[in-house]
Amino acid sequence: MSVIAYIESNNNRVKKTSLEAAYYAAQTAKLLGTEAIAIALGTHDAAELAALGQLGISKVLHDANPRFDSFDSGAVCKAIASLAANSSVVVLSYNQNGKAIAPRVSVRMKAGLVPGATALPETNGDFVVSKNVFSGKAIAHYQIKTDKKVIAITPNSLQIVRGEGSAAIESVSSGVTDADFTTVVKSVEKASGKVALTEAELVVSAGRGLKGPENWGMIEELANLMGAATACSRPVADVHWRPHEEHVGQTGFTIRPNLYIAVGISGAIQHLAGVNGSKTIVVVNTDPEAPFFKAADYGVVGDAFTVVPKLIESYKKFKASSH
Amino acid sequence: MKILVPVSKVPDTTSKVAFTDGNTKFATDNVTYILNPTDEWYSLVRALEIVEKEGGSVTVIHQGEADSEQFIRKALAIGATDAVRIDAPATDGYNVALNIAEYAKDKGFDLVITGKETIDYNGSQMGGMIAEMLNVPYVSLASSLEVAGGKATVSRDIEGGKEIVEVSMPCVISAQKGMAEQRIPNMKGIMSARTKPLTVVPALTETLTSIKVYDLPPAKTAVKLIDPENMDELINLLHVEAKVI
Repeated sequence: MSVIAYIESNNNRVKKTSLEAAYYAAQTAKLLGTEAIAIALGTHDAAELAALGQLGISKVLHDANPRFDSFDSGAVCKAIASLAANSSVVVLSYNQNGKAIAPRVSVRMKAGLVPGATALPETNGDFVVSKNVFSGKAIAHYQIKTDKKVIAITPNSLQIVRGEGSAAIESVSSGVTDADFTTVVKSVEKASGKVALTEAELVVSAGRGLKGPENWGMIEELANLMGAATACSRPVADVHWRPHEEHVGQTGFTIRPNLYIAVGISGAIQHLAGVNGSKTIVVVNTDPEAPFFKAADYGVVGDAFTVVPKLIESYKKFKASSH
Repeated sequence: MKILVPVSKVPDTTSKVAFTDGNTKFATDNVTYILNPTDEWYSLVRALEIVEKEGGSVTVIHQGEADSEQFIRKALAIGATDAVRIDAPATDGYNVALNIAEYAKDKGFDLVITGKETIDYNGSQMGGMIAEMLNVPYVSLASSLEVAGGKATVSRDIEGGKEIVEVSMPCVISAQKGMAEQRIPNMKGIMSARTKPLTVVPALTETLTSIKVYDLPPAKTAVKLIDPENMDELINLLHVEAKVI
């Protein structure tokens, strides 16, 4: 009864979120005394799949049907359930696609789902997986009561460790037919050259303290320099200073980067709900009483218009000295 | 056009999060409940807009005990046509999805629109589960939805962008920011909500998961304040101490 990791690629590279799923599956397999097998659907790079061996995957089941290159939650679900029929645990990332797939797989396999796991399972006695609830204000330990389990892991919640090894690739057919594809992808819009917010390890965010959309140049400059994604608070998205794709918070995106730099954001509880899983939070605000300082690791009480340019200069110096 | 909108009640964001009975139960004392924001603002309002244009009805469905009815009435006041209450406390996501699918399976709904996630358990699982149970297409995390000629055209989030997809109805969609704007119920809506039909149906009890115990995240250490003139120090701390750059 192996452990399955569902793998996605983007531009022939295995997604970082899928590397996390592979590592999580391998560690879970170790706890259960079994092997970890990956499932890859559609177009993937063979060397990338073989390299999953470094994370502890022994074998990759690859159904190269190109129809999988257009995402369809029903078809992917059917393929996973069919290829994982003899497995006990299915692990996948709770990224955008994972949120569409995991609940379907749970129903199809009658396997209890933990939607957004943040740590490896406890397997002594009950099978228990922890997950953040109440927007990160608490942790719930979910017991999965069924024999089969689906664990969808929150992106960026565990550090992968690479070892040696190469996974064997086995071409398979998942038994999915054309009739199983019910979603027609009409167009794809991707902001090129920008770091995807929900996958970013570093995020630079700004709010009303910037006074107007014309002042975002320095935020973008800092983000570009650092290889960070840009984000914003809800009021700023609501008045269209920034696109709503950048809105983080309770009704926007939830992110958990390694570093979140918040400039001119007071830190309303609804905003914190979307970012309090960040590993390190830096807050820049003129108001020393801003509630965000209570959630911050590092705080700078000062005017964004003088602090951010200084931060840019300091980062440039750091970059120059470390290369 | 017949649309079903599942709605949840959740503790208001500003509620204190605490637990009782050896940290096995959420402490409900002094907690103010609200309709789940993504259900109220995005899925319900978009469903109403579609029906206002195309004709039809919007049914809201909720799993909860009798004390949930004020939240169901609020959804009716915002404009839903009628409501269903599944008479049981909401337990795991699978159980709620099972009850909603059980109700929906023979009612001929064209669309089921859920919110992106509830703000208490943050599961984001309802739409996908209902879709699989009803064996229909599912599009998650949608920021726009148009219907025409038996098809739904949806803009959904992908990493670093979005894609426009088309699916045949019936289908299930989960709605997020961008889908619609919040509507405040007016006096006429509030008055008419009192007499709109609210059906109570019994619940199936099967669950696949349960929460054994809760705990609270470790307390945050006090913020370290950095001199605004000395950003070199901040960069150094991020590199050496926090190890994030």
